[in-house]
Amino acid sequence: MTEPIITTDNLHLFYGKKEALKGIDLSFQERGITALIGPSGCGKSTYLRCLNRMNDLIDDVTITGNVMFRDQNIYAPDTDVVALRKEVGMVFQQPNPFPFSIYENVIYGLRLAGVKDKQKLDEAVERSLRQAAVWDEVKDDLQKNALELSGGQQQRVCIARVLAVSPSVLLLDEPTSALDPVSSHVIEETLLQLRYDYTIITVTHNLQQASRIADRTAFFLQGELIETNDTKKIFMAPEKQETQDYISGRFG
Amino acid sequence: MDKIKTQLQQTSQATHSERRGRLISLSALSLIVLVVIAIFWFVATKGLATFFENHVDFWSFLSGKTWDPGVKNASGQPLFGALPMIVGSFLITVLAALVATPFAIGTAVFMNEIEPRHGAKIIQPVTELLVGIPSVVYGFIGLSVVVPLVRNTFGGSGFGILSGTVVLFIMILPTVTSMTADALKSVPRYYREASLALGATRWQTIYKVVLRAATPGILTAVVFGMARAFGEALAVQMVVGNAALLPQNLVSPSSTLTSVLTQGIGNTVMGSLQNNALWSLALVLLVMSLVFNLVIRLIGRKGALR
Repeated sequence: MTEPIITTDNLHLFYGKKEALKGIDLSFQERGITALIGPSGCGKSTYLRCLNRMNDLIDDVTITGNVMFRDQNIYAPDTDVVALRKEVGMVFQQPNPFPFSIYENVIYGLRLAGVKDKQKLDEAVERSLRQAAVWDEVKDDLQKNALELSGGQQQRVCIARVLAVSPSVLLLDEPTSALDPVSSHVIEETLLQLRYDYTIITVTHNLQQASRIADRTAFFLQGELIETNDTKKIFMAPEKQETQDYISGRFG
Repeated sequence: MDKIKTQLQQTSQATHSERRGRLISLSALSLIVLVVIAIFWFVATKGLATFFENHVDFWSFLSGKTWDPGVKNASGQPLFGALPMIVGSFLITVLAALVATPFAIGTAVFMNEIEPRHGAKIIQPVTELLVGIPSVVYGFIGLSVVVPLVRNTFGGSGFGILSGTVVLFIMILPTVTSMTADALKSVPRYYREASLALGATRWQTIYKVVLRAATPGILTAVVFGMARAFGEALAVQMVVGNAALLPQNLVSPSSTLTSVLTQGIGNTVMGSLQNNALWSLALVLLVMSLVFNLVIRLIGRKGALR
């Protein structure tokens, strides 16, 4: 086993007085897909948003414990949050392209980084859109407003937008729950391609999806991490009773 | 069976109240439409009478530089040159909007994006309070503070376009600010999240995403402010100097369409040539506010398409 890329150590999170995460110890190896599963309100999305400090945007949140990204504790006071978010990209549940053209959406992160070279930008756009498996559908009309695309295309443009910044980790917060089955399938295929180059952590309500694409699966329940293992083991032979109950649909 | 039949055939209580409600709102609507049409009709007939009854040349009205009702020039045409007032009105409006816009955007961004807690609790209510201050108060402050300041700084009497601009800038700032703030508020939260998640700083998020997505709303706010500035009479009249001359510079006394109207309309006889000429000015004013309204509509529709 190599060094994990992200490790959380006794991670607690409070919304006001309410404890939403109750000491999560979990680590992620480089590359591959990890699925976070569990019933609504179990804290899996909250946990995901701790990994790139998106919870900072919410008032009245207290976080204790350690989150290590490579060798850096990302909650240390000297952390450069902007640099962290370039390394740890995020795709949201609702497709949320900016109301600009497809081209401008994809180069947004690069523009922020100060890239001005037209050729470099063009290359990045093609590379990222290809990686996100949406290039063939939009290549003829990159100046089209991204809001005019279908939901599935929008979500893949959002994935491309993140990939353009070349992060090492991709956080996905239920990336297909707002999409139809066909679009979901295309996005799953995309993720299966990306897993060779990126560390992907995805939250999903869809257990079949987790079993189809994830290498590892972590099961959350009421703010606690119940079990984490290879996906096959979680689905075929879980160690804990709660996991067994959840995946067989007895609750949740 | 019969009971059910009669019940079904009778108009029910709910239908009655539905009809009553429809009637009430329809009559209220028709009354308002009637009033608007009546105003337009009145101003239009009066305003056009200058040209049709008194045979004043339309172009010399728009482009003439001398406004001297009652005096005729060599060819017997009365001197109704409205250009000084038209120029004065536009100059003051555009300048006030130009100065107000950056301040309004700055304030709105501060209270909506940078310090939303204080923004919602203190700045927004204060801004809305400022909208409600009567214009005579603004005019009075202009008269007692702005005019002396301009006089001491630039010389002259202190009355003129500059003083008018300053007063109008203060007057329209709250309106433009609170409308800009509304435009920023309507930018969905997930645009901000997406931008931040891509490694943007807060400032980059504000000017590259939030302001850009809110541009139609901000433009609407500015045009709305301009419409208000264009139509404002009292406060402007108090500080602009009221000389019907083409402005030589920003501190020379001049006048606007509204200031000439408020001054003159009480001192002329209904139906006389002088009176009709004032109505023509009112017509110009009305048409202009119509144009402002159309522009707002247009921007709104274009924004909705995106």
